[in-house]
Order: sequence, then structure tokens, then C-alpha cells
Amino acid sequence: MSQASNKVFANGWMAAVYLFLYLPIITLVVFSFNDSKLVTVWSHASTRWYSALMQDHDLLSAVFLSLKIAFLSALMSVFFGTFTAIALNRYSRFRGRTALSSMATTPLVMPDVIVGLSLLLMLVSLQQWLGYPQRGLFTILLGHALLGTAYATVVVTSRLKEMDGKLIEAAMDLGAKPLQVFRLVTLPLLVPALVSAFLLTFTLSFDDVVLSSFLSGPGYNTMPMVIFSRARLGLNPTINAVATVTIVVVTIAVIASSFYTSHIERKRKREMALAYSDSNQ
Amino acid sequence: MNKLARIFQSLTSGKLTVIGIPMGWFILLVAIPLLIVMKISLSEMEATSISKMISWTNGLPTLKLNFANYQFIFSDTLYVKTYISSIKYALITTVICLAIGYPFAYFMARAPKHAQPTLLMLIMLPFWTSFLLRIYAWKTLLVGNGVINNVLMSVHIINAPLEMMNNAFSLTIGMVYSYLPFMILPLYANLSKLDIRYLEAAADLGTSPFKAFWLITVPLSKAGIIAGSMLVFIPAVGEFVIPELLGGPNTLMIGRVLWDEFFSNNDWPMAAAVAVVMIALILIPMAILNKAEAKLDGA
Repeated sequence: MSQASNKVFANGWMAAVYLFLYLPIITLVVFSFNDSKLVTVWSHASTRWYSALMQDHDLLSAVFLSLKIAFLSALMSVFFGTFTAIALNRYSRFRGRTALSSMATTPLVMPDVIVGLSLLLMLVSLQQWLGYPQRGLFTILLGHALLGTAYATVVVTSRLKEMDGKLIEAAMDLGAKPLQVFRLVTLPLLVPALVSAFLLTFTLSFDDVVLSSFLSGPGYNTMPMVIFSRARLGLNPTINAVATVTIVVVTIAVIASSFYTSHIERKRKREMALAYSDSNQ
Repeated sequence: MNKLARIFQSLTSGKLTVIGIPMGWFILLVAIPLLIVMKISLSEMEATSISKMISWTNGLPTLKLNFANYQFIFSDTLYVKTYISSIKYALITTVICLAIGYPFAYFMARAPKHAQPTLLMLIMLPFWTSFLLRIYAWKTLLVGNGVINNVLMSVHIINAPLEMMNNAFSLTIGMVYSYLPFMILPLYANLSKLDIRYLEAAADLGTSPFKAFWLITVPLSKAGIIAGSMLVFIPAVGEFVIPELLGGPNTLMIGRVLWDEFFSNNDWPMAAAVAVVMIALILIPMAILNKAEAKLDGA
């Protein structure tokens, strides 16, 4: 094969994979503007499914429940994930370290059905014993926060690994107490990782259907649960409309956050350069 | 006294808090639930609570263990078939992901340096869109009167709609689609670090590019292949949403069996037993791959 035909083959292969990845997303968006009741046959452009979406109270209340759960569980995930990452990175030797690190990866590798079933059986036993908690928002929240903690741990850990240990040592040499070191040095350096961990765990929670189905009680239907039950029955153009709205919101959030993180990063580099030039004078 | 002082010190330095909080969180939500699953898998349908499993004989508590659920799983051909078929689909998915993803990651690592971050972001972007909605989208593409059939029929490539939905084909497409990025990312991370000088040296010594690829590139990227295969195979075995939406009634997957035992049959001990066998099935390939990875690290 010549050099040129190699290149054509490589580009063709990559284009085909990207087409494979984006074809379903593009069809979802295109057919959300289709007037026909059939999701798969194009008649002409309209926004009727968006107006139908506005009237769909079941789906809308599910969206609000999902947003609430996603926000709270993302906060919890970042909180516990940061603690886990710091415990595993800061202290290289303590009793139960292996246990902690393998427990923190379990939710990543276990199928959702097992995580959901085991959490539910635990919560039911707890409820028989203490009379609390009832299945509902709180139990879904716990499940999502557990899954999110595992992912947040990975994100925060990768940041801690590339962080300059000398900054922490310098702060300690200058007499800062552990809590002060955390508040004044570690935490500000972690902010970009915390933001991306929050976004990641928010989307994970907003997307989850299996854990929610196991942990939910009567009257608590999240958006994916409603979509899943409708998708099982057949095709439904309002799902396309919801999908398009989520895709637009998520894309904007992802782009905005990547701008924000690169802004923070540049600012930090500038300040560090400034600090070094000051000390050299 | 010394011990007391140490405990006091670790309290004030925050070590106990920093380790204690995540430890408590994961023990409560990972370790205890898994123990409860094992315990309940050994009980009968009526005796799901732990207090009912303990009977008092001569003032001593004795645990009633019941292996009937496991006996049933291993004697019933449907369960055995389902486990085998789950592993089969997970393996097929892994192999196809590797076949598509390896050349892709290789070409991406050879692409111009300035284009690579964009190419990488385009792989990760679908992650951010709901997984459930993307699977649903495949349904609209693949059904009998779906988008693909309509397009193919309107340009007269086919006369009758192809049957692409609710069978092994649609299930495999959905799984490959969902897990392909998990294969590409570790492979790319590995291949982009490959030292190009090895290939140049091979070319200087007269090795053909094809031979150099098999003798140098592939062995050096073994760690990426193992990591990618693990990330695809393990979650694929227990997949529930994709077979439920795309697989139709005839494709057997163990995640669905667990779901049905729990939600349709309300047989919690049976669901728990299915889960325990599933965990064992996942742990075996994981241990093998971990060992292979450790061997690579050691080499």
C-alpha cells in the first residue's frame, strides 16, 4: 500500500466510527422536529412534540425529581469522593487501605443490577430493624451518591497525583495546621477537578435507570424511569423532544465547564509565574 | 498511655476523620449490602429477614442455611444457558470493540498532534448524552419500519425490510455502540505513548510495516488491550438496559433474569443467588486479567 492510500484508509476508518457514534444522536434530534406520529417516517418540520412535552405532566415532574436527585447526589459524591481520594493518596499505609480502595472500585465494575439489588436488600433489612428509611427520594439518592462517589474518587485522585507535593510541604513548614493546609492549599488547587467530578456525577445520576428502579418507592419516578417504561412499550416522539433538550443543555454545560477549567488553569499559571518573578527580583 | 496518645494525635491531625468518613460510607453501602445479598441467597422465599433465619436451639443461635437456590440455578438448564449466553455476548462485544477500536486508536495516535484533542473530545462527547436515549435511538433506527430500512427501501437497495430488531444483531450493535469508547480510550492512551523510534529502527533494518506492526506495536500495546477488554467485558456481562430495549424476548442475558426474578417473580432469595453467581463469574476473568496486567508491570 502506498502512503496516500494508507491515509485514505485511516481517515475513512475514523470517519466511519464517528458516523457510527453520532448517527443515533443525529436521528434523535432530527426526528424530534418531525410532524408525523411515526418516529421513523419524515413528514414535515414542526415543533408539536415540544408543545406535547410541555403538557406532559408525568414527564415534567419526573424531570424535576431527576434534577433534584442529580444535584444532591452530585454534591454528596464530590464530598465523599474527595475524602476517599485524599485518604488513599495522602496516607500510603493504614489498616484497611486495600479494603477501602477495592470497595471504592466495586461500584465501577459491578453491574448496576447487582449494586441496586444489594443496596435495596440492605435498606430493607435496615427498615425492618429501625423502621427507617422508607423507599423514595432518600434511597435513590443514596444509590446515586454511592455510584458517584466511586467516579468522583477517580477524578479527584488523578488531580491529586499530578499536584505538586512541595506546595503542601511548604505550607506545613511555614506552620500551617492540617486543616489550614487543606483549606488554603489543597482545596483551591482541587477546584477544577471538583467541578468536573460534580458534572460527571450529575450526569451519571441524571442518566441512571437501574439503580433508581430498584431503590424507588411508589410515587417516585425519575425521568429515565419514565422514558424507559415508555421505550419498552414502543417508540414515542416526545422522547425525541426530551432527548434533544437534554443534548442541547448538556453540550452547553460541557463546553462552558471546559472553558471555565481552562480559564482557572491559565489564571493559576499566571499567578505562579508572577510569584516566581517576584521572588527572583 | 502511649496508645491513647497516638489515638489523640491522629484525631487532632485529622487522619482518623479523613480515613473514617469514606471507610464508614463504603462499609455501609458496599460491604454490608454484599454480605446481606450472600445471606439472603441462602434463605427461603418467606424468610428474607435475618432475624427469621436465626433459630434458637438450647439458648444458642443457629443459622439456617439453605442451598436450594444454588442447586436450582445449577440444575436448571435455562439458568446455565443464560449464564453461557451472557458470557458469549460479552465476548463477542469485546472482540468487535477491539477489532474496530484498535485501528481507530492507532490512527488517532498517528493523527496530527494539534487535531488529537478534538478527536478525543468527539469520542467522549456521546458519554455525556444519556445512555438510555442513545439506546432508544438505535431502536428508531433498526425497527422494521425504522429509519435504516426506510432509507434502504427508498433507494431500492432492498425490497422488503430487513429484520434487524429484537435479535442477536440489534443486541450486539447496541452493546458495541455503548462500550466502544471504553475500548478506544485506554488503547489511545497506550498507543500515543509508543516510541516511534522502534518502528523506525525496524524499518531501517528492512522490516515491512505490516510485520513491524505485529512484532512491535501490538506487543507493546498489550496493557492497553487488557485494560480496554476489561472495561468492556465486565459491565457487558451484567448489562440489563440494552438487552431489555434491543434484545427482544429470545436473547438471554443474566441481568434480565435477575431483574425478572426480583420485579416479576418477587423471589428475592433467588435474585440474590443469581447475583452471587454473577459476581463469581465476573471475578474469575477479572482475576485472570489482573494477573496478566501485574505480569506486564513486572516485566
